[in-house]
Amino acid sequence: MKSPWTKRFAVLLLLFGLAPVAGFAWMPVGTGSSVAAALIAPHIQIDRLTAVERAVADAKGSADNSWMLASSALVLLMTGPGLALFYGGLVRRKNVLSTMMQSFAMMAVITVIWAIVGYSLAFGSGNSFIGGLHNLFLRGVGTQPDPDYAATIPAQTYMIFQLMFAIITPALITGAFAERMKFSAMLLFLTLWSLLVYDPMAHMVWGKGGLLNASLGGRFPTLDFAGGTVVHITSGVSALVCALYLGKRLGYPNEPMPPHSVVISFIGACLLWVGWFGFNAGSALSAGGLATSAFVATHFGAAAAVVGWTVAEWIRRGKPSALGAISGAVAGLVAITPASGFVSPMSALAIGLIAGAVCFWMTSSFKAFFGYDDSLDAFGVHGAGGTVGAVLTGVFASSFINPIFKDANGNALPSGAIQGNYHQVLNQLTGVAIAWVMAIVGTLIILKLVDLVVGLRVEEEDEAQGLDLTQHGEEGYSWDTSS
Amino acid sequence: MTKVEAVIQTSKLDAVKDALHEIGVEGMTVLEARGHGRQKGHTEFYRGREYTVDLIPKIKIELVIADEMVEKTVQTIVTAARTGKIGDGKIFLSKVDDAIRIRNDERGDSAL
Repeated sequence: MKSPWTKRFAVLLLLFGLAPVAGFAWMPVGTGSSVAAALIAPHIQIDRLTAVERAVADAKGSADNSWMLASSALVLLMTGPGLALFYGGLVRRKNVLSTMMQSFAMMAVITVIWAIVGYSLAFGSGNSFIGGLHNLFLRGVGTQPDPDYAATIPAQTYMIFQLMFAIITPALITGAFAERMKFSAMLLFLTLWSLLVYDPMAHMVWGKGGLLNASLGGRFPTLDFAGGTVVHITSGVSALVCALYLGKRLGYPNEPMPPHSVVISFIGACLLWVGWFGFNAGSALSAGGLATSAFVATHFGAAAAVVGWTVAEWIRRGKPSALGAISGAVAGLVAITPASGFVSPMSALAIGLIAGAVCFWMTSSFKAFFGYDDSLDAFGVHGAGGTVGAVLTGVFASSFINPIFKDANGNALPSGAIQGNYHQVLNQLTGVAIAWVMAIVGTLIILKLVDLVVGLRVEEEDEAQGLDLTQHGEEGYSWDTSS
Repeated sequence: MTKVEAVIQTSKLDAVKDALHEIGVEGMTVLEARGHGRQKGHTEFYRGREYTVDLIPKIKIELVIADEMVEKTVQTIVTAARTGKIGDGKIFLSKVDDAIRIRNDERGDSAL
């Protein structure tokens, strides 16, 4: 950033311009006139300049770091209890704990895996597809910033922020195989998935040298601000594969399996909405205007999607449901995720509206037509919403919001189709296609492996009795006893 | 001794209870039940799927009373519980062999 001449000029300026300031500082010591003091001790000026520079950098870093730590906490809140409650309320009462436990287990297990090797594979230096083992056991990841990723915050802040994404992504998949997957199989499957699908995808989009990295010179720059491809498409499509591989729940679709508590899902969805500010605005990796832009886009996307889904449902079914409204919000948040730091507020409204209507259709007509049992609509909301959002990012991205592409002189180039860069939509489709392929291939292989080693589904009697009792020896609610 | 089982609308519980107290019937057991006679249920929608709920919440009141009180009790319940619409419920009467008060071994009508 600074050339040596800038510094020399600044020093000269200080000697003559800030001499009075130096004099003022000297006065309490009482050593005479300010000008005399400046001429006598120029090295004192340089020391103070360095100190001022350092103080400004510290202040800037503190603002960014506090926002980033807060964002990390918000994203964790999205998993626990946000997603745990959202999913928990949608299943039958006999499976509520097992569903929540799947999300919670990710908070624990993925953390350990990430610390040991996951972060290194995703964000360490490697090749276009995967990082390496240089940061094994978080070696080299300390309080100094890693300028490739975020120059104003400690590398560990970046690491922990990214960890929260790594946690929630596999947790999203649990929605597809709810109420019928063995706990042990789930643990093994999602651990392997995190290593073999998530870490490479994260590396390709966000890591140094990643194939799809838009900010670090990837070959097919895919605009994905906060993880539409990395998080939502991979998890959503993997969810569909799981739902098809594991098969339908016993009794589906003839036996009624309504949510046991839309109230609980409601609470979870609201926590997701608020937490998502950390997810998207935190992906600005700083506390300035870009974070604001992403924050606003996130909120607008969610709100417009509620409208989109609710209107579609009202027309189609005659009544606007609470479950539909909260599902719409989540769909909008998913779709705005890749776009959040690239689009204007009005574009965010458009993206949300479209996503709300599309995801409503995906979770009603589309799903009913094909008859698969994606129990909690992980594919319908995250897979479909993420795909829609990723493509629309290529449409609505604007360099006025975020000048992500620059020419050799540092001038901003058009970002998306609305600025004439239609090619970006193709790049987005490339990223989307890679995400789909990785999700499908990776998931199929891992599912087959885990099926052979542990077996994926619980026994039929266990499924009928409920997973809380049979997998965990517990009941979610002890209302049968009088005490 | 006669057992009176009355299945009524949930919204009529307080009215029936108060009416029974007024004619001197104090002892009763109240159960939450689900069921239907000829009453149709309703449909609910969750995530695009339709669920038919045809077991409707009801209240069941069980009384065991002396034979002399039966007709008056039945009339009281009917008057308090009736709305005139389908779903009002039914009353069943059956003979009871004996009744025992647990506290002090009393039997027969004095145990009621």
